[in-house]
Amino acid sequence: MIDLMLSGYLPALLRGAEITISLAVLSLGLSIFLGLVGALAKQSRSRLLRGLSTIYTTVIRGVPEFVLMLLIFYGGQIFLNLLFKAMGLHPPDLNAFLTAVLTIGFIFGAYFTETFRGAILAVPRGQMEAALAFGLPQWKAFFRILFPQMLRIALPAAGNNWLVLLKSTAVASLIGLHDVMFIADQAGRVTQTPFTFYLAACIVYLVLTTGSTRLLNRLNLSYSKGVREGRLQ
Amino acid sequence: MTTLDALLLDYPAYLHGLWLTLQLATIPLVVGLAGAIPLAVLRIAPSRLLSLPVATFTYFMRGTPMLAQLMIVYYGLGQFEWMQRAWQNGSPLLLLLRDPYYCALLAFTLNTCAYTTEILAGALRATPYGEVEAAQAFGMSRVTAWRRILLPSAMRRFIPAYSNEVILLLHGTSIASAVTLVDLTGAARDFYANYYAPFAAFLLAGAMYFCLTMAIAVVVRRAEKKYLAYFQPRQTPHAKGR
Repeated sequence: MIDLMLSGYLPALLRGAEITISLAVLSLGLSIFLGLVGALAKQSRSRLLRGLSTIYTTVIRGVPEFVLMLLIFYGGQIFLNLLFKAMGLHPPDLNAFLTAVLTIGFIFGAYFTETFRGAILAVPRGQMEAALAFGLPQWKAFFRILFPQMLRIALPAAGNNWLVLLKSTAVASLIGLHDVMFIADQAGRVTQTPFTFYLAACIVYLVLTTGSTRLLNRLNLSYSKGVREGRLQ
Repeated sequence: MTTLDALLLDYPAYLHGLWLTLQLATIPLVVGLAGAIPLAVLRIAPSRLLSLPVATFTYFMRGTPMLAQLMIVYYGLGQFEWMQRAWQNGSPLLLLLRDPYYCALLAFTLNTCAYTTEILAGALRATPYGEVEAAQAFGMSRVTAWRRILLPSAMRRFIPAYSNEVILLLHGTSIASAVTLVDLTGAARDFYANYYAPFAAFLLAGAMYFCLTMAIAVVVRRAEKKYLAYFQPRQTPHAKGR
């Protein structure tokens, strides 16, 4: 009943998995970048930047990602149409992959902002003060002193964000991205064995999340080498 | 007709959607929490025989997307002949699984139950050992100690992490339109399909989800103030007066 090649759909499913992985990794990169920018904005002296980053994290974390994705996918298309027509050009079709990367990156940027903000606050102030007292320029002090220490503190929460992000990429299949979820859906309909194919997709996600958890644990250990936890005998 | 006219005409659809979204979030949260309490107790049991089945369940549910779980329940189960036969014979309980509403309730309940179990198990593991000792010193039986000391103490520590789960599930229910349900997101998708006005359609739905999220945040803050009062920094009379 269950054949290992999944009625010949195994290669297609693996290509779908590849799209899921690249979507997740690219979104992660974007969200880490936005998270750093957001966290710095939250620390900034400018009221405008602080206000903007607070609006960003509050609004994004208050709205489901699927709704945002639909908004960006369909709304973005109309926006592009208007923009290109105004320039007298033929408007391009908005690509589901690009939309998904932008939406997921934008959403998880808000979560990473909060993660990094907490981590920056957890680094003792004296570290940054000492770096500046040594005459390091501000940006160098950030990347050489604050950032490496912050990374260790941020890692557990960042890892959690990554796991949530990875699973949330499945929603992109609903706007037509041919990720592993979409392929499983199609194959299940054609072969009339939906359970088998959804289960196969689940196994792909389980492999990815389990692998990530393992890797994160190892990273955590190596980042925390210099830290001794206070533990009673 | 402007988009605003259309929205004014269509707002009952949004209200129906909102009502369905509230059901799809509330019922699983209540049932999932009720199920999570015994499961969390089993999860931290010293016997592997008790903890392993629960751990397997939470591993699967937390390692896969909720969308996949929903699809398995709604579209997947029909693959099995015994299920189709049960449907033909009119088994009342299994017939519920042909209805997308009950499928969504089941999938969301199992999902939130798994997350809640792990959150609660974490809160239970963090019980200060002194509380257990004190319960034993008072001569409490194991059941009494669980009921009077361990669970209430863990439930307090559980509130902050659980509030996250509540919001995540509320947002998670937005995938219900994938199984033909017209929840808040479904109403917005219908509106978009009818009027080709994505901004009005999804911004309104987004604003409604946002208000719900804020309402949850307010309730949680109140609950934390009440049940976690002893964790808050002490207020001096001077500071209170200001």
